[in-house]
Amino acid sequence: MALASVLQSESVDFSNYGRQRHGFASGLYEAELGLESVGGDRLSFALSTSCSNEDGPDRKIEFLHGTTTLAFKFQHGVIVAVDSRATAGSYIASQTVKKVIEINPYLLGTMAGGAADCSFWERLLARQCRVYELRNKERISVAAASKLLANMVYQYKGMGLSMGTMVCGWDKTGPGLYYVDSEGNRVCGDLFAVGSGSMYAYGIVDSGLKQKDLTVEEACDLGRRAIYQATYRDAYSGGQVNLYHVHSEGWTRVSQSDVLMLHQQYQAEKA
Amino acid sequence: MFTQVYGDNGKMKEYHYTGPVEHRFSPYSFNGGTVLAVAGEDFAIVASDTRLSEGYSIHSRDSPKCYKLTNTTVIGCSGFHGDCLTLTKIIDARLKMYKHSNNKSMTSGAIAATLSTILYGRRFFPYYVYNIIGGLDEEGKGAVYSFDPVGSYQRGTYKAGGSASAMLQPLLDNQIGFKNMEGVQHLPLNQEKAVQLVKDVFISAAERDVYTGDALRICIVTKEGIKEETVPLRKD
Repeated sequence: MALASVLQSESVDFSNYGRQRHGFASGLYEAELGLESVGGDRLSFALSTSCSNEDGPDRKIEFLHGTTTLAFKFQHGVIVAVDSRATAGSYIASQTVKKVIEINPYLLGTMAGGAADCSFWERLLARQCRVYELRNKERISVAAASKLLANMVYQYKGMGLSMGTMVCGWDKTGPGLYYVDSEGNRVCGDLFAVGSGSMYAYGIVDSGLKQKDLTVEEACDLGRRAIYQATYRDAYSGGQVNLYHVHSEGWTRVSQSDVLMLHQQYQAEKA
Repeated sequence: MFTQVYGDNGKMKEYHYTGPVEHRFSPYSFNGGTVLAVAGEDFAIVASDTRLSEGYSIHSRDSPKCYKLTNTTVIGCSGFHGDCLTLTKIIDARLKMYKHSNNKSMTSGAIAATLSTILYGRRFFPYYVYNIIGGLDEEGKGAVYSFDPVGSYQRGTYKAGGSASAMLQPLLDNQIGFKNMEGVQHLPLNQEKAVQLVKDVFISAAERDVYTGDALRICIVTKEGIKEETVPLRKD
């Protein structure tokens, strides 16, 4: 499988070690760690109920279901906005997680689900995109990059990977936005929001996108506002709002704003 | 390894439970311990307690959880001791391989990236270890990398991991990150203050966490090398 073959190139025989154990581990593992319960909840993004277990193997892996990430296409490219909270059960493991992965200077990937799953597979995707560039002497399209990712994780379908990502970029057909997840979904669209706070974010972006011709400034404000509102109402989202803009020259990091500061700013504007 | 006693609802039973029990083999065990790392302008500190416990017993009072990797990097591992030992052996082997292939030592950032891949290689039967790497980056600035058991990692300035992490992290957020303080001057952390803070923080952890105590091992990483200090803690 892809994982074993990738790791084999870097280490001597650690992959065999893993493979032999797999038979012993899988039945036992699922019973002990209950990871497979995550797979069924994927599309509805229900919060994992294994939070109630005490400390131990059950809740040790950081899952970012509690998150809000969004991306939407507009006239001048793609806006990508994410929060930065990671929770392990009800404990906030970090308020400064980078949920936007810079695959290459013109492709971005967002992170929701398992933090390690998203960062590992998107890092692997970056490697595959570079190989494509070297072989074909041109940049990879967003459609192809998202397809590579979808096909890589499809081999592990049902094994407990948890990944809900949006691949955003600009290629020769214009702005590109694809939603890819560990269930095998790969969907092209103009607007996606992923995570426990996604419903709140959809509300803001849907109403803001009514006026078709947004300027870059307005689109950034809309993305920022949507994530802020989601962090306001969703307990599992918070921290900072990281905002990126993908345009024809590549992506730019627009801003990183602490939610507390945004709150004070919006309150002041209301008054 | 530890045979856990489970009741009907799957939760571990109390100490004096009498009645039908289901004995289930678990490949994991929780050996306790707390690890902490702080990065400064030109130094990094990795500290851990030295208690090794299992259930209600203490196996050892002198089992530190910081391991020296290179002259500029120290790793702290807590969780299941068996996996900590194997993981550090694997990291040492990879360090050697890198040294032989590339004729130079691995940098802290490279070690962090490698560890992430090692941990993810066992995605479906994870190493039950909470890792924190502390060291100096290529520019000589302090760096702290914190991991989850399957390899997700981030660089930061401070992090607590292990059994008392939920108690220590908020204190560090306040004292080093100046969170939830208004109108305070953000003074940069110097080495003496950082060491004193680490000692105070572990003394607090030993008061309230049963798995933390006995002694505190502090490794201070500077460009001169790695200095170790041991401070006694509560033994109860």
